[in-house]
Amino acid sequence: MTEQKTIKFRVKRQDNPDAKPHWEEFHIPYRPYMNVILCLRETQKHPKTFDGTPTTPVAWESSCLEEVCGICTMVINGKVRQACSALVDQLGTEISVEPMRKFPVVRDLMVDRSFLFETLKKVRAWVQIDGTHALGPGPRVHPDVQKEGYWMSRCFSCGCCLDVCPQVNDRSDFVGAMAINQVRLFNSHPLGAMNSKDRLEALMGEGGIEDCGNSQNCIKACPKEIPLVTSIAEVNRQVTQYIFGFLKK
Amino acid sequence: MPNPKPKFIVVGGGLAGLMTVIKLAEAGHTVDLISMVACKRSHSVCAQGGINASVNTKGEGDSPWIHFEETILGGDFLANQPMVKDMCENAPSFIYMLDRMGVQFNRTAEGLIDFRRFGGTRFHRTAFAGATTGQQILYALDEQVRRFEADGKVTRYEGWEFLSAVIDDGGTARGIVAMNLSNFEIRAFRGDATVFATGGPGMIYGRSTNSMICTGSAAGALYQQGVFYGNGEFIQIHPTAIAGEDKNRLISEAVRGEGGRLWTMKDGKRWYFLEEWYPKYGNLVPRDIASRAIFKVVRELKLGIDGKDVVYLDISHIERKILDEKLGGIIEIYEKFMNEDPSKVPMRVFPSMHYSMGGIYINAKHMTNVPGIMAAGECDYQYHGANRLGANSLLSCIQGGLVTAASALEYASGLERGAEAAPSKMFDDQVKKEESKNDEFLRRRGKENPYQIWEEMGEEMTDKVTVVRYNDKLEQADKTLTALQARVKQVNVSDVSKWANQPLVFTRQLENMLDIARVITRGALARNESRGAHYKPDFPNRDDANWLKSTVAKFTPKGPELSYEAVDISLIKPRERKY
Repeated sequence: MTEQKTIKFRVKRQDNPDAKPHWEEFHIPYRPYMNVILCLRETQKHPKTFDGTPTTPVAWESSCLEEVCGICTMVINGKVRQACSALVDQLGTEISVEPMRKFPVVRDLMVDRSFLFETLKKVRAWVQIDGTHALGPGPRVHPDVQKEGYWMSRCFSCGCCLDVCPQVNDRSDFVGAMAINQVRLFNSHPLGAMNSKDRLEALMGEGGIEDCGNSQNCIKACPKEIPLVTSIAEVNRQVTQYIFGFLKK
Repeated sequence: MPNPKPKFIVVGGGLAGLMTVIKLAEAGHTVDLISMVACKRSHSVCAQGGINASVNTKGEGDSPWIHFEETILGGDFLANQPMVKDMCENAPSFIYMLDRMGVQFNRTAEGLIDFRRFGGTRFHRTAFAGATTGQQILYALDEQVRRFEADGKVTRYEGWEFLSAVIDDGGTARGIVAMNLSNFEIRAFRGDATVFATGGPGMIYGRSTNSMICTGSAAGALYQQGVFYGNGEFIQIHPTAIAGEDKNRLISEAVRGEGGRLWTMKDGKRWYFLEEWYPKYGNLVPRDIASRAIFKVVRELKLGIDGKDVVYLDISHIERKILDEKLGGIIEIYEKFMNEDPSKVPMRVFPSMHYSMGGIYINAKHMTNVPGIMAAGECDYQYHGANRLGANSLLSCIQGGLVTAASALEYASGLERGAEAAPSKMFDDQVKKEESKNDEFLRRRGKENPYQIWEEMGEEMTDKVTVVRYNDKLEQADKTLTALQARVKQVNVSDVSKWANQPLVFTRQLENMLDIARVITRGALARNESRGAHYKPDFPNRDDANWLKSTVAKFTPKGPELSYEAVDISLIKPRERKY
């Protein structure tokens, strides 16, 4: 007879941005194929800690549940990753969950990642099209170029790379690997390339590419295996060439 | 022009919402964009397979007219036709626009945009970016909105939820009231035209292929305020999803478009049932037909794999290179969540609630019955009739954005008196009303748990209001829903704070979900025919004489009041729907 397994589920709680964090433990009946999302849902249906003390349901964000929206990023057993793809069968029955470390906590596991989107404005991560009206087909693209572009474009704004980067902290404005990869992506698009220099200039300023310390934590943490280190190296090369081109004048 | 500087609000930051914002900002206007989550997290990000356009790159003789015809047939003749024709004609220009914006569409050997096959057609008409086309398009539009944001044309209110519209004594909407989901600030936004692009109601079914934010709550709130809801009973059940305890994860139709085959075991042999029953379209019959076929195989013939609610979707025979280049994202999902490699073993799938053809009632200009309120995208009821063809959804969102922005501009500029001039009192009163509502929720001290009530609603809807519908079961479902509505009044939200109080937010959404659930159920109960995704074994045929009409639901305190409207079939005469 198989014994009912119990998951010891510890959550680092924080009631609001100014409150002190504290840990709570929940005991959750195990079921096959469970993920951390289902563990968190148990705290909504049965908001009691393991010793029966009533508490509030854990606050966290989730949406797609299939690792394409990036919203459920949190630190699980010490590693920053998405909760939806964190399967109990792979984690074991002792699971600890905390909010991301480099973003301000809103409540419990909810953090404010607006910094991430602000960096996209800073590096002008868009194509400067003339307009949305009918202008006919764009340029032809070699399938190999598309493959490389597609692989870079899989970034789903989760923030893992920022969370593990030693240079991303409250003493610096470093934009992080994500924004630098976006610069490489847009600079490689035939129309996006027309505004390369705007993006490179953005990375030459405060919090730009010079702040990268080459720890290479980013590529280890990226759930989509985006070649972040290659992107940073490539953009570094573009910035250097741009500076030399400027100096020659 | 009486109102030269109109104010616009767009609620919802998916494809349809963002396209509307872009068109309005391009025309020089400022827009307030309200979204529950950062726009890149919108449910559009989950779309996998692709977007349709009759570019005819394969030289097959495809054309927008054929695309239009196949869409109308796919919808079992319930769609208003002229709008669909416009959509199909604009489609190629949308693909080119998206390409220029940076969408990484797959390419042919010559470097042109590649197209693949999809359900309900025999032409290669679906442009795709790997198997993550939704994310690609959503991001491209979000980037363009960011560009306008940097220029001061768009203000984002991400992490805010729409609560209710502000409607004046003359019945015209002059704006909305929304709430910040972190600090619970409730404020009014003035708007001459507000466009709702709030997506589908999958959460009503508990488990679906939808995201957690797809509650249909905004549509429910509008419905309670007098906005009509069209064709609610037409819910698409996608034939192939991975059943999960938290969600049914979609396996795109694109898999079958690239050669994937559905089968089960019969008499000790593999039985490719769709290929046998539908020799012409095989695995690419439209979704309603595929889902019914799977239900017949599993529930009626009792031939599910291991006797369970499972059939196999097999891609193990397809070249690995093609799988990686064209279906990569889907393979990733299956490997991650099922721990199996679909290039070696067949995938275990079953039908799941996926999309709503029905939605907020709008006319051809995307205007609802309340002036100042418009809708676009999955949350509106147009374009897809009784069943949507795959890869037409992303298309209808872009078309919707295009038409809605133009209509909003025309309507708002022509107003005698703009929202700016409207008296503050009605906005202040509505804000106070919503604040009181929050307080009332916090005072509920019953024994019920809103998440458990939600699970019960989902189970009932999935059991009784999906592929196979019976009138006695639909009656039961409606009774269950009204009982749940009473029980929600008895919840204890378990959290008394006004800071990021998710159970409170969820309970508000739950009340709105229950209203839409009743619209769906009662619409299904009343419609005694089978058409598209709506199937009743007791009324197995399509009945054009009595039922070629759209259902229009109006809120009353006792429940939905249904009326019917003729369908515009001026371009293609209805004929038998056979594949």
